[in-house]
Amino acid sequence: MKRKLLSALICAALMLQVGATAGAATKASDGVVKIGVLTDMSGTYSDLAGPGALIAVQMAVADFIAKEKPDFKIEVISADHQNKGDIAAIKAREWIDREQVDVIVDLVTTSTALAVMKVAKEKNRITLVSGAASTPITNEQCTDINVHWTYDTYALAVGTGKAVVKQGGKTWFFLTADYAFGKSLEKNTSEVVVKEGGKVLGHVLHPFPAQDFSSFLLQAQASGAQVIGLANAGNDTINAIKQASEFGITPKQSLAGLLMFITDVHSLGLKTTQGMYLTTGFYWDRNDETRAWSKRFFEKKSRQPTMVQAGDYSAVTHYLEAIKAAGTDDTQAVMAKMKATPINDFFAKNGKIRVDGRMVHDMYLAQVKKPEESKYAWDYYNIRQVIPADQAFMPLSESVCPLVKK
Amino acid sequence: MPPLKMNAVAWGLLAVFGIAAPFLVYPVFAMKILCFALFACAFNLLLGYSGLLSFGHAAFLGTAGYVTGHTVKALGFPPEVGILAGTATAAALGYVVGSLAIRRSGIYFAMITLALAQMVYFMCLQMPFTGGEDGLQGVPRGKLFGVIDLMQPLSMYYFVFAIFLTGFLIIYRTIHSPFGQVLKAIRENEPRAISLGYDVEKYKLTAFVLSAALSGLAGATKTLVFQLASLTDVHWHTSGEVVLMTLLGGMGTVFGPVVGAIVVVGIQNYGANIGEWVIVITGTIFVLCVLAFRRGIVGEIAALFKEVSPAATEGGEPDQPG
Repeated sequence: MKRKLLSALICAALMLQVGATAGAATKASDGVVKIGVLTDMSGTYSDLAGPGALIAVQMAVADFIAKEKPDFKIEVISADHQNKGDIAAIKAREWIDREQVDVIVDLVTTSTALAVMKVAKEKNRITLVSGAASTPITNEQCTDINVHWTYDTYALAVGTGKAVVKQGGKTWFFLTADYAFGKSLEKNTSEVVVKEGGKVLGHVLHPFPAQDFSSFLLQAQASGAQVIGLANAGNDTINAIKQASEFGITPKQSLAGLLMFITDVHSLGLKTTQGMYLTTGFYWDRNDETRAWSKRFFEKKSRQPTMVQAGDYSAVTHYLEAIKAAGTDDTQAVMAKMKATPINDFFAKNGKIRVDGRMVHDMYLAQVKKPEESKYAWDYYNIRQVIPADQAFMPLSESVCPLVKK
Repeated sequence: MPPLKMNAVAWGLLAVFGIAAPFLVYPVFAMKILCFALFACAFNLLLGYSGLLSFGHAAFLGTAGYVTGHTVKALGFPPEVGILAGTATAAALGYVVGSLAIRRSGIYFAMITLALAQMVYFMCLQMPFTGGEDGLQGVPRGKLFGVIDLMQPLSMYYFVFAIFLTGFLIIYRTIHSPFGQVLKAIRENEPRAISLGYDVEKYKLTAFVLSAALSGLAGATKTLVFQLASLTDVHWHTSGEVVLMTLLGGMGTVFGPVVGAIVVVGIQNYGANIGEWVIVITGTIFVLCVLAFRRGIVGEIAALFKEVSPAATEGGEPDQPG
C-alpha cells in the first residue's frame, strides 16, 4: 500500500511545474533603457508568444539601434512567468527593484498581465501588453501607464461575429468555456450577432479545461444552428475543432473560432480548419511590408510570427522612439509622447493609444484557406475584410475605465 | 556528542538565516520561501506524523488566500484580521474535508481529499469575488495594528518571519506533545492505538484541522506578500508541489519541509535559462532522491549525525518514511 502510494506520489510530482528563466544579471546604470520580456516560455502559450516574443523584441531593439543610433544603451532581459500570476508579480517586482527595468512587455495570459500591471503602476513603470486578451485590462483594471497593444476579446468577438452573420450565418449556437473569460466572449459575440440580425439558438457550457466534447458537440449539432461559436481558447478550441470534424459536424455546420492564432491553424492543419473565420491583428502575408518583416523573423525562428509577436515588435519600437523624441526615459513623459504620436509601421497604420490604454488599429477578418488553395508553407488565410480601427475595438463610450471622462 | 546537538544547530541556522535573509536575497523571494516552508511544515504534520497523505492541501492554502484578499481589499479589514479570517476559513474547510476524508485511509483518503480540493478549485473559478481566471489583484498590505507600514519590504519580511515562526513553533510543540505521540502511534499501528482506547478518528481530525489551519495561515500571508490571490494556489499542482517539498526535504523531520521548500522554490526562481528542461531536471532530482536517499535531505543528514553519535537527535530524527 505504502509503496503504491509512494509511486503515485512520484508520478504526480514528475508531472509538476517548475521552470523559471532568470534574466541576465547585468548591473543597470543611468542611461540604460532596460526592457523586460515577461512571457510564457514553456507552457501552453509559448507557441504564440514565448521565445518568439523575445526574438521580436530583440529585433526591435537591433533595428532601432541601427536606424536611430541612440545615445543610450538598450538591454533586453526575459523570464518565464509559467502563466502564474504570483510568479509574474514577483519577477516584475524584482526586475524593477533590483535590475531597474523600465518597461515590461508581452504578458501573455490575463492573470499575469493584471498582476504585473498592478506592480508596475505602484512602481511607476510602463507595461506594454501584447499577449493577454481580456477586456478588463483596459476597463475595470486600466492604468494610465499601460498600453494594450495587439488585440482583445471584444475585437475578436465583434470582428468574427459580425462578419459571419454578414456571410449568411444567421443562426448561432455557442460552445462556451465555463468561466469568466468564456462567458464574456459569448456575451460580446451574441450581442453583435443579434444586432446584425442573427439569432442565438442556445449555448452549452463545458468545463474548463475539457478533453471530451462529444456530448456538447451533439447538442450543438441537434440545435441545427448554421454556426457553432467556440467561446473558448487554446487546447479547448483545438479539441473542439478536431472532434467536430470527426463527428462530421463540419462542414455541414460551420465553426467560428473566437480566439484563434495562426499557430493553432498550423498545428490543426488546413484540412480540419478550412473555411473557418477568425479575426486577427496581423497576418504575415498581407503586404510587402509584413512579408519583409516576417521573412526576417522566420530566419530566426523558423516559424511565421503571430500577431502577439508582431505586436511586441511594434510596441517596443514605438516605446523606444518615444524615449528618443522625449529625450528622457521618465515614465510619464514617455507615456505622454507615446499617446501623442500615431503608430505607423508594418503592424499598424495610424494606430492610436486611447486614454484607457487601448491601442486601436485596423483588424483583419480572415478565412482559413482550403488545402488546395494553399500554395506555399504558412499560406493559410484569405483576408476577407479590413475592420477599420474605429469599429474594431470597444468604443470609449462603453468603457468602464475610470480614466475615461464621460 | 551530546543529544539535541543537531537540533540546536538547526534552530541556530534557522534563526541566523531567518534574520539575515532579506539582506542576502531578494526579500519577496525570501518571503515566498517562508510561506511555502510553513505550508510544507503544516503538510508534514499530516503526512510525516499522522501518516495521512492529503492530495488537496492547495484548497486550504488558496481558500485562505482568497478570503484574506477579499476581506482586506473589498471589506477594508486590517492585515492581521484579514489573515485571521483566512486562517479561520481554512480551519472550517479543513473540518468539513477532514470529517469526510478520515473515514477512509491510504489511497482512498488521498483521492477523497483530491476530489474535494477540485470542488474548491471550481468554486474559486466560478465565484464572482475571486475574479475567476484573472485572479484577485491589488490587495493592499495595509498597516499592521494600524502602526507598522507593511509596504516597507523589511517590516513586511519580519512580519512574515514572525508568522512563520509562530506556525513552526505550534507544529513543533504539537509533534512533541502527548498528542503528537498518539498521532505517531496511530501512524505506526492504527488497530493497536484503537485497542489501547484512543479515539483515533478524533485525533486524526484534530491533526487535519490543525494542518489545514496552518496551511491557511501560509496562504493568507502569501496573499499579502504578493498582493494577489490566483487560481494557481488552489490548483492541484500546488497540492503536488507541497508533497514534493516534504519528500525532498525529509518527511517526518521537523526541518525537512523547510529545506524542501527552499530547494523547490529556489529551482522555480533561479531555474536558469533552460526553459522546459527545468521540469526534467527537477524530475531527475526527485527520482534520485527517492532512489538514493529516501529519507530526504534533512533525513539523510540526521541519519549521518546518528551514525557519529548514537545518542539520537530528537527533532531531526527521520521516522522511517517507508
